[in-house]
Amino acid sequence: MKKFTAIVYARTMEFLRDKGTFYWNLLFPLVLVIGFSIAFSGNNNFIFKIGVIGEPQGSRVSFLELSSIEIIKYEAEKEEIIEKIRRHQIDMLVDFNEKTYYLNNEAAASELLRILSSDELIDYTELDVTGDPIRYVDWLVPGIIGMNMLFSCMFGVGFVIVRYRKNGVLKRMKATPVSPFVFITAQMVSRFIIVILTSVLVFAGTNLFLHFVVNGSYLLLLFVTSLSIFCMISFGLIFAARLKSEELASGLMNLITFPMIIFSGVFFSLEGTPKLMQTASKFFPLTHFIEASRAVMIDGAGIIQILPHIIALSVMTVIFLLTASVLFRWE
Amino acid sequence: MFLNMDAIMRIDDLKKNYGSVKAVDGISFSISEGICFGLLGPNGAGKTTTIEMMEGILSPTSGKVYFRERKIDNHFKQKVGIQFQNTALPEFITVRETLVLFRSFYPNPRSLDEIIDICSLTDIIDRDNRKLSGGQRQRMLLGLAIIPRPEMVFLDEPTTGLDPQARRNFWDLIERIKAERTTVLLTTHYMEEAEILCDQIAIIDHGKLMEIDTPGNMLANHFDGALVRVPHIGRQDLQVEGSTYQGDCLEITTKNLDKTMKELLNTGLNLEGLTIKKPNLDDLFLKLTGTSLRS
Repeated sequence: MKKFTAIVYARTMEFLRDKGTFYWNLLFPLVLVIGFSIAFSGNNNFIFKIGVIGEPQGSRVSFLELSSIEIIKYEAEKEEIIEKIRRHQIDMLVDFNEKTYYLNNEAAASELLRILSSDELIDYTELDVTGDPIRYVDWLVPGIIGMNMLFSCMFGVGFVIVRYRKNGVLKRMKATPVSPFVFITAQMVSRFIIVILTSVLVFAGTNLFLHFVVNGSYLLLLFVTSLSIFCMISFGLIFAARLKSEELASGLMNLITFPMIIFSGVFFSLEGTPKLMQTASKFFPLTHFIEASRAVMIDGAGIIQILPHIIALSVMTVIFLLTASVLFRWE
Repeated sequence: MFLNMDAIMRIDDLKKNYGSVKAVDGISFSISEGICFGLLGPNGAGKTTTIEMMEGILSPTSGKVYFRERKIDNHFKQKVGIQFQNTALPEFITVRETLVLFRSFYPNPRSLDEIIDICSLTDIIDRDNRKLSGGQRQRMLLGLAIIPRPEMVFLDEPTTGLDPQARRNFWDLIERIKAERTTVLLTTHYMEEAEILCDQIAIIDHGKLMEIDTPGNMLANHFDGALVRVPHIGRQDLQVEGSTYQGDCLEITTKNLDKTMKELLNTGLNLEGLTIKKPNLDDLFLKLTGTSLRS
């Protein structure tokens, strides 16, 4: 235990005293959240998002073919789609199978869409939904924090251990009675402390200005965040297991992290993207963190609702750790 | 082969191949307890590969390494101290924090005060370990090596790159460690250092053991009398008794200096730059390996 705490302390000090890296880890997500919230805060209502279930029966519905309307075809549970209208994430839902359509009367778009559709959805039943809008920033913040966590975990453990291997720190450790298990676990715990603290600081710091919606439990949010951090660190360890070249490690990590950021829905929803892409995204830990934390924050989801994400993250953590431990070499 | 019964460490037919390159090619020797053993050889001779196999850092292709007649294992790491030729440490921590970190790895470490005293670290103890001079860094690294109260320390070229003053200070530290009856395995490029510090030396070249003995015996076996050296003679056809050629340099080992000098004068050679001296390990090196240690 003495060895373990000493390594955790040394690694944590190494991070905290490296001012450039420390401030970058704090400022980068802060700047991104504020920047994106400013960039996407305008009321751009020229494009309506309309969800549809099924196909129109009989005559075509021409207002859905307008260029200013984005159509999203849904196969999901209807309740989930209605929740999107409630949160103003889509403006209207047309269910061709049941000849109903849904509008949120508190949304500015609803009046216009009612007029646009009145001539063509004559024999359809209108069902009204109410609910406050979710701002883009509320939706964005879990993504940005998740992205920062991913970078910090992958590069803060994976890249650092590759650097240690290249410059001889690991060789020096190998000459001592410290086992690889103790050394690696200490690296993980140190990085966990750093990432959880910076994530909480970024969240609290941006919340001072932007006042996020958090409808669920903060404790559950902390749990999901902690589990995701361990999962991402474990993922980073796979890169750290053998590589000696920082350039190669950096290239490979970028090769993995950038697609992960794009396809995990950090900045934009994956709705409407090809099914294959959506399926592929389920193999990324970032996707599960973002979806679980958004569910807790925005939808007020409890542990049961996010259980599939918790199971996915736990399974991935075990697989990553086993792979890294099998592959790991001091040199 | 030089074997002895009071050996603390023994290597037996040690080999290390990198593809078709034989870095170490069947080296065997033993090291008596409490001595300073010098492992010498030109660059690329296989010194570091040999020492790292002895430290348990590198796995040999074949051969065995014994510490107190037992194959080295993880327990061995608690009994030895190691100072690598090139090493790196966690950054942004002070010398004190570095020592505390490494002390935590051992069951019965020296106290911090004792390490500071032995390695003269008082002035730099709270300095960032990245901001040390060459000599200060080597003192700190030696401090790390002696933390476990080692029965044996491995010092791989610890004084390379140090100025003469820092080198001499480092020799004092090694003498202090020797005075505790700690066995020292030292590799060095400096023959003067080996002559002063080492009780026994092994010379290796091309991965093979060339010679092993005390420095005094080695010199006595190879040089009988004074060494006369004439540089830049530009020919290799002179027939002077006891002469050898090192490049374009003529070397003559002689017991009868008067006779040798007369013979040289009779050759009509330009004797500018001629030196006469007592042979040392540098000379022995040139003779055994045909190259200078520093080349």
